[in-house]
Amino acid sequence: MTWLNANRDYVLDMLLQHVRLAVPAVVVSVLIAIVLGRIAWRWPRAGTVVLGTASLLYSVPALPLLIVIPVLLGISLRSGLTLVVALAVYGTALLAGTAADAFRSVDARVREAAEAMGYSRTGLFWKVDLPLAVPVLLSGIRVVTVSTVSLVTIGALVGIPSLGNLLTDGFQRDIRAEIVTGVVGTMLLAIALDVLLVGLGHLATPWRATLPKAAAR
Amino acid sequence: MSLFGDALSWITDGAHWGGPTGIDHRIVQHLLVTFAAVALAALLALPLGVLIGHTGRGRLVVVALAGAVRAVPTLGLLTLLGLALGIGIEAPLLALVALAFPSLLAGAYAGVEAADRGAVDAARAVGMSEWQLVTRVEIPLGADVILGGIRAATLQVVATATLAAYISDTGLGRYLFSGLKSRQYDEMLAGALLVAGLALVLDLALATLQRASRPTTGKVPS
Repeated sequence: MTWLNANRDYVLDMLLQHVRLAVPAVVVSVLIAIVLGRIAWRWPRAGTVVLGTASLLYSVPALPLLIVIPVLLGISLRSGLTLVVALAVYGTALLAGTAADAFRSVDARVREAAEAMGYSRTGLFWKVDLPLAVPVLLSGIRVVTVSTVSLVTIGALVGIPSLGNLLTDGFQRDIRAEIVTGVVGTMLLAIALDVLLVGLGHLATPWRATLPKAAAR
Repeated sequence: MSLFGDALSWITDGAHWGGPTGIDHRIVQHLLVTFAAVALAALLALPLGVLIGHTGRGRLVVVALAGAVRAVPTLGLLTLLGLALGIGIEAPLLALVALAFPSLLAGAYAGVEAADRGAVDAARAVGMSEWQLVTRVEIPLGADVILGGIRAATLQVVATATLAAYISDTGLGRYLFSGLKSRQYDEMLAGALLVAGLALVLDLALATLQRASRPTTGKVPS
């Protein structure tokens, strides 16, 4: 605790950097995954290719990916963008399959009813498919958020600042309290974002609160 | 793109093969650490997972554990153990075992639990003992899922074994870190490509194994 008290500004600064890297990566991967999941749901054959590529990308280890991306995109190795792109690739790879499942989980009778009531294609997507896909989608987003927050720390190895700096710096200078602060800080951030997501999920699916448990799917 | 060319010529350069820091030696080292970590973790996790799946007790613990481990930054675990145990193979190995544990446990428990209840009841009705039930019905029926857990764990470990080079002189990650330190992009990129290639090959091999374990007598109704 004394270490934390003496270095509060530094830790808060690193925490802020951490959020700045993790949140855009998650947001980007959610958006791309919804598009890919929709494609996979609409055209199953194209979907097999998309989801296969995604799972292949997911098996590329994180640290090598951080080194390959700057070469491919022509950006600096130490740029935060490198890390955001790498984590967005992972997040998308992890989420695309879940997004396809989420659209598949929407009751076909509900879609038919909406169509019969005269919803246009876009209306059907925004007002029926997407909201009803939220529960399954959210379960995937929560997994991606937690693993993204944890993976951001790897950036410290190539010089992208985050709470991961506490881990490398603490190791080099033999300060256990610093590493523990980094680990606990990362986990607390993951938990905080997870709680936030659950809250957002409740707001996005108000009907689930009023329905009996068995029907709230 | 010429950077990739440089990395490839770094890999194919005969000077970087053979000897204690050669690519071949590092690949073997990387694989040995990976297999050792997965095997050690499997020794503990698989029996425990089968027990949980068979008895149905302690499922909540498994789910909570898997979630908690996902949130722990591996680099933090690695550096903490590195400080506690000193420079050497012990700390990374221990961290990798901890990393592999939840995937293996979840795979074993889910596989055994997913075994068709009808088949399990029938086996019990024809007089199989609990031990026979587990070894002759539940494990063979759950093999696909159990192997899926082993595959996921191996993939995580082979990727994270790269980080092991941060605190010990082990595996392909060494090229990455020494390249980073001396700003030799070709060496760094070569290390990255070697690790990525190794992970992909390993994943494909395990996927084939997993497919081979599936029953050949047509699809089992789920």
